[in-house]
Amino acid sequence: MTSEQFDFSREQLKRSHFHPRQAAFNVRDAWSAWNGYKFADCYYDAEYEYFCVRNTCGTYDICPMQKYNIKGRDAEVMLNRMVTRDITKSRVNRVSYVVWCTDEGRLIDDGTIFKLADDEFMLVCGSPCTAWLEKSAFGFKEVTITDVSDEIAALALQGPTSCTVLRKMGLDGITKVKPFNISYFPFQGESLMVSRTGFSGDLGYELWVKPEQALELWDALYAAGANYGIHPFGETATNMARIEAGFIMPGFEFNEALKTVHFEHDQTPFELNLGWLVDFKKSHFNGRSALLAEQTRGARFTLTKLDIEGNKTAEGSFLYGNKQCSLEIGYVTSAMWSPAVKANIALAMIKTEYLGGNIWAEIYYEKELRQYSKVARCEVKEKPFWMPARARANPPAGSLV
Amino acid sequence: MHRYNSIIIGAGHNGMVCANYLARSGQKVLLLESSDSVGGLASVREFHPEFKTSIAHSISYFSEKVARDLNLKKHGFNLDAAPLPTIGLSADTNHIVLQGGRISGVANDDEQSYGKYLELIQRFANMVKPFWLQTVPPIGNNSLPEIMSYAHLGMNMRLMGKADMREFLRILTLPMRDLMDENFDNEILKAMLSWDGLIGSKLAPRSPNHSLITLLLRMSGPTAHQVSSASVKTLIEALHSSASASGVEIRTGAPVAEIVIGDGAEGLLATGVKLDTGEQIEADCVISSADPKKTFLDLVGVQHLEIGFTNRIRRLRADGYVAKFHLALKELPEFSGLDSPDGRLLIAPDMDVIEFAYDDAKYGHCSMVPVMEIVIPSIHDETLAPAGQHVLSAHVMYVPRYLQGGWDDQVREAYTQLLIDTIAKYAPGIREQILHHELLIPADLEREYGVTGGHWHHSELSLDQSLMMRPTYGAAQYQTPIGGLHLCGAGCHPGGGLMGGAGHNAAQEILK
Ligand SMILES: Cc1cc2nc3c(=O)[nH]c(=O)nc-3n(C[C@H](O)[C@H](O)[C@H](O)COP(=O)(O)OP(=O)(O)OC[C@H]3O[C@@H](n4cnc5c(N)ncnc54)[C@H](O)[C@@H]3O)c2cc1C
Repeated sequence: MTSEQFDFSREQLKRSHFHPRQAAFNVRDAWSAWNGYKFADCYYDAEYEYFCVRNTCGTYDICPMQKYNIKGRDAEVMLNRMVTRDITKSRVNRVSYVVWCTDEGRLIDDGTIFKLADDEFMLVCGSPCTAWLEKSAFGFKEVTITDVSDEIAALALQGPTSCTVLRKMGLDGITKVKPFNISYFPFQGESLMVSRTGFSGDLGYELWVKPEQALELWDALYAAGANYGIHPFGETATNMARIEAGFIMPGFEFNEALKTVHFEHDQTPFELNLGWLVDFKKSHFNGRSALLAEQTRGARFTLTKLDIEGNKTAEGSFLYGNKQCSLEIGYVTSAMWSPAVKANIALAMIKTEYLGGNIWAEIYYEKELRQYSKVARCEVKEKPFWMPARARANPPAGSLV
Repeated sequence: MHRYNSIIIGAGHNGMVCANYLARSGQKVLLLESSDSVGGLASVREFHPEFKTSIAHSISYFSEKVARDLNLKKHGFNLDAAPLPTIGLSADTNHIVLQGGRISGVANDDEQSYGKYLELIQRFANMVKPFWLQTVPPIGNNSLPEIMSYAHLGMNMRLMGKADMREFLRILTLPMRDLMDENFDNEILKAMLSWDGLIGSKLAPRSPNHSLITLLLRMSGPTAHQVSSASVKTLIEALHSSASASGVEIRTGAPVAEIVIGDGAEGLLATGVKLDTGEQIEADCVISSADPKKTFLDLVGVQHLEIGFTNRIRRLRADGYVAKFHLALKELPEFSGLDSPDGRLLIAPDMDVIEFAYDDAKYGHCSMVPVMEIVIPSIHDETLAPAGQHVLSAHVMYVPRYLQGGWDDQVREAYTQLLIDTIAKYAPGIREQILHHELLIPADLEREYGVTGGHWHHSELSLDQSLMMRPTYGAAQYQTPIGGLHLCGAGCHPGGGLMGGAGHNAAQEILK
């Protein structure tokens, strides 16, 4: 049999605009897929890439992220009715982190809204949401929604040396860009959009250019970053960084509510500790009544950061209110040994009523093919595990080298 | 304190019924109507000087309870007026006449079957009758009274006995075609009897869905398969006069542009309305008899509604398929083989003709063999035409709102001539008697009566849009997602038709 017989009508994963360069780095051929794009789990070694993000800098391909251009006189009211946060407070050239919910107040997805002009926005999110956007726009006369996911080449540059690298690349004034701000820089005859955003919890930027300029951007960046430890990082390293930063991820902390079958197999913003994104003072938004009722009643679960004794990661663990493990109070959603903070950390959904008490994790682990279990004490952490001052500092510390 | 307890949008018959009940309970009620007269689809329409009719041209199941509660007799409406026969016109003048429980013009077999059929269907109609005049509770998390109302239905079914109950469940969603073929041979008779299950909806004889249930609804009145001789005009006048007598303040020529929404402790609240003129009127409660799409999408506005809910409203099927055809006639027309055209005359030679007319409409065409129901309301109400002259009113079924190629003047004229020719087959001299004609397609009804799609029931009466899900969940039970905002028109349970059910039920729910 020829390989052609197995090629399923020649259906192929799309290649990212940065693929030619990334493929060269991907010495392990560790590809998986994301939104129809061929996407790297890691390039060389996930831990190595993680350390680049934490100690120097790394690039993460966000071409597969879904990007929607939402334009027109009603664009703002339409989006404001869709998301729980008041985006009318945002200024042009600002980015807002937002979530949006079903009528029942269950989280559909999170994402960022880029305010490009008074009547133009870009919504960036992890999963396709054309159908929901179309439904959300129904009834608003002047708004057009365009899926521009493939028409923008976007690359995240994250880590302590990221600002310096951009400066070396010639982006004069990059040090003035504040967190969640957007700025434009001339780049090889065109305009390069830079936002101080990211998913690593550290200092970082996201770069947005036309697809034709993708490789030029890459080359310029890697030339400037040669002495600053730049390296591409894949999904695995991203996941490590975001757990330390306490960011939620679909498939871990939450299920996209439009995709769940079972009632309450999805979550609310309050359960995910994102109550600060829900603004009851603004005009009506989707899920408002349900969320108002939940606020009064109190969230059933609360997403909690845990520091767990020992070094056995608590992936998939049940949590108990007592050491005998007879009182089940929740479950771990993400867990890892954090090399940066040298702690056994986890994110967990815990029944709110038990938050004040003792928390024990029942951890299963393996040693040379033998299974063991232990019960470990957990300590609740209020702050993200990784939150260096430079991430928010203006100008970012260390960037003036 | 607001000046009004309730503002009702739309003085159709349901709006007037609802307003009346509320006023009688002591509320201060304002009824706002956009057009210059009351009655909505049942209002008087002078389509030619001194020739009048209404879009809804006959009464067959107006609620006895509502008539009694609101003293309509005292205000000039007599629900007990003699019923008129339904006459199935036959090209060879062997017309079939249904009157009372009797039938003439068919073979012995069919005559006997008709007796049995009518008895069975009437039994079913009586069993479900209590449910038209009450709220059908939502499914899940019910209060005791709500559970009781389901228990009541179950009980009624049990009381019918096992054989009836099984038969009821078997035929409930059956296409009219199957029900008729099982019972009768005569093609005209089958077309006649299925008519009442189909008229007003986007269903044909072969469609399984809601036609038997619609039929049972229409048989909830005293006159199965017949219409009352009482005129629609006197019904609307009586409802108007009774509402005024109960203290309802009625303002016509007052289109509501917007339902004003404010913020309440538990969510959004309707606080009043804003008229076209900009005038704002406050009330504790706003009740809309405009159709659901218009109420939510135009008057409330999507920015006040949830996205999923909005899209359920958007998806409501509300394309009307009934056109109105009006003739002003010099004298009473003569139908071959009929002593008098008094009654409801059906032109539908067999169920296939109905089916094919539906098929044509479904794909955006008009049938070349139209089917219709005709009444001459001026026979029983001489105020509708100058002395000795008459109006003919016809419901023409399956006329699409969107015609392939569009509805221009030429198409309208050709279709008008086709309708006249069709009627002239049975009333050969009618062409010479015509002083004026008027054709109103669903788009005209939408424009002139403010009903989305020009739909008979404001929104299709089908299983997915009926009972506890009418018009859709979230807006059923006469409640809406917005506090203090209610629905009371044909888009609610039990649906359209001159009955008063929706207006009555909404008032009961609001007064709870
Ligand atoms: C072609 C046709 C023929 C029919 N024939 C019959 C028949 O023979 N027998 C029968 O029993 N039924 C018949 N029906 C059905 C029946 O007419 C309707 O179901 C019934 O009249 C609906 O009554 P309603 O009060 O709920 O609504 P409507 O009669 O539609 O009244 C709603 C009222 O609200 C008003 N309104 C809407 N928007 C606003 C606004 N923004 N501000 C203020 N006012 C507003 C409208 O002007 C209207 O007066 C027919 C329907 C159609 C379309």
